[in-house]
Amino acid sequence: MGLEQKLGNMGVVTTSLEQAVGWARSNAIWPMLFGLACCAIEMMSTQASNYDMSRFGMELMRASPRQSDLMIVAGRVSRKMAPVLRNLYDQMPDPKWVIAMGDCASCGGVFNNYAVVQGVDEIVPVDVYVAGCPPRPEALIDGILKLQDKIKKEPLTKWQ
Amino acid sequence: MTVAEPQFQIEESPQNTVTASDTQLDITLDQLKKLVSPRALTGDTMLLNMGPQHPSTHGVLRLLLELDGETVISCVPDIGFLHTGIEKTHEGKNYTKGIVLTDRIDYLAPLICNLAYVGAVEKLVGVDVPIRAQYIRVILAELTRMNSHLVWLGTHALDIGAMSMFLYTFREREMLLDIFELVSGARMMTSYFRVGGLWRDVPDHFVDAVRNILKVFPQRLLDYEKLLRENPLWKERTVGVGVIGREDAIAYGMTGPSLRGSGVNYDVRKAMPYSSYDHFDFSVPLGSTGDVYDRYRCRMDEFYQSLKIIEQALDRLPNGPIVTDNRKVAPPPKHEIAYSMESLIHHFKLWTEGFHAPEGEVYHAVESGKGEFGVFISSDGGPKPRRVHFRAPSLCNLQALPHMSKGALIADIVGIVGSVDIVLGEVDR
Repeated sequence: MGLEQKLGNMGVVTTSLEQAVGWARSNAIWPMLFGLACCAIEMMSTQASNYDMSRFGMELMRASPRQSDLMIVAGRVSRKMAPVLRNLYDQMPDPKWVIAMGDCASCGGVFNNYAVVQGVDEIVPVDVYVAGCPPRPEALIDGILKLQDKIKKEPLTKWQ
Repeated sequence: MTVAEPQFQIEESPQNTVTASDTQLDITLDQLKKLVSPRALTGDTMLLNMGPQHPSTHGVLRLLLELDGETVISCVPDIGFLHTGIEKTHEGKNYTKGIVLTDRIDYLAPLICNLAYVGAVEKLVGVDVPIRAQYIRVILAELTRMNSHLVWLGTHALDIGAMSMFLYTFREREMLLDIFELVSGARMMTSYFRVGGLWRDVPDHFVDAVRNILKVFPQRLLDYEKLLRENPLWKERTVGVGVIGREDAIAYGMTGPSLRGSGVNYDVRKAMPYSSYDHFDFSVPLGSTGDVYDRYRCRMDEFYQSLKIIEQALDRLPNGPIVTDNRKVAPPPKHEIAYSMESLIHHFKLWTEGFHAPEGEVYHAVESGKGEFGVFISSDGGPKPRRVHFRAPSLCNLQALPHMSKGALIADIVGIVGSVDIVLGEVDR
């Protein structure tokens, strides 16, 4: 419908496989339904009526790590939770991405103490950091759009 | 015919990663024997692990369930997955900086946590709060209670299967967050109340914005009631489920709507009035049987009582100062620093060291959305507390979960957990 009107009767579109795969991957991210603390409430707001994350092709929050490819670490990660979080990350199928949402997940935030892991990048590789305590839903959406740009540019293989 | 054995390759994990064998979830057989019935060890009943990553545990709660078919024999909560060390961190912060940490205890009701903490410090130091500040505190605390109940209603209904409630309640919650943003600049972590009063006065259009909430909410609450109150599916899932009797509820130390659902008339706002709650006329909704439905009814009725309190406070909102004139505790206004040497010294002392509290111990409790939220402060006379402890209502209410879920069906566990309204940040602190 819309595409034909814009492009006319083109018939053939040429692109590279890498770009096509990146485009498909970036617009159908299934985040894992996984909240930890305060940021999880803002993550819920982002999915709810006013901000509606599904506009960006990610309305399917999966409760199982086996079905998801994005982990939004929303909140502070305690030392007791850290092994569980790593376990969940290991259970996600490739390709997978991680967003560290909020100051606690990014660097420990206000909790510089014995209980909190000082940044979730100590246990899992992080693609996008979203600052804020907690970040506004707009900030999280911005982080997700940044991640989509990153996924689009990701090469399928490392060309020697 | 021979079948080729599958080749498994075990990857070596990098050194900085934590492997599954390090997890602290493992418990020894002796520990397990104390928690579950002997039938579980023979394999007669089934042990099922629910959480810490589960969509319906309202955070990172882990439940060890012993099941006989679909019936729950025993339920053992495992907490501490969100332990943040807030109480210990308080010992290194002065009394003003400590307010920031209290936002993050019960992150669904940050202003009520602020209120409890500053109330305790005010009791310890002995400052009076101007009446205008007290009324604004009451308005914001009641809005926060509604905020907390809205999140509870949305997630509780979502767990049981009424998905649309979540979208409606979060739409209304944004209206409340706009008010918090209006007064403090932050949606959730407000830190708006200060020892001796408020951070600054509310903006001019604050009253109109709150009046708008008073106008809109009764209709929206009516919509919620239409969806759930007499809904046969909702009643099927909630009536007679997770029953806890009056005596048991008291014995477990439950407070808040979870206790009042069992018919016990205890509300801190009535029992130990703080921040001029005794100036307002409101009633305490009570249940009778103590099941999930009664707890739901109590919280729904509390919405109307909160609206009633807010309306009275707005009508009688006096003019005047919003912070105490005790310069030892509250910083002087900026213009005073220009000509008063004494004010300059006070300003400097307050923003470098903080004020000294007299030696002693104090306990101050407020009614949060979950129950009696208490703050205990022990002071050694310095600018930082010696020990701070929070009486978290969610933790005490969670203790009753094994009692409530005994004999319930496994599908009802999510309903019972939702009806207790726990927030894990407060349970683990």
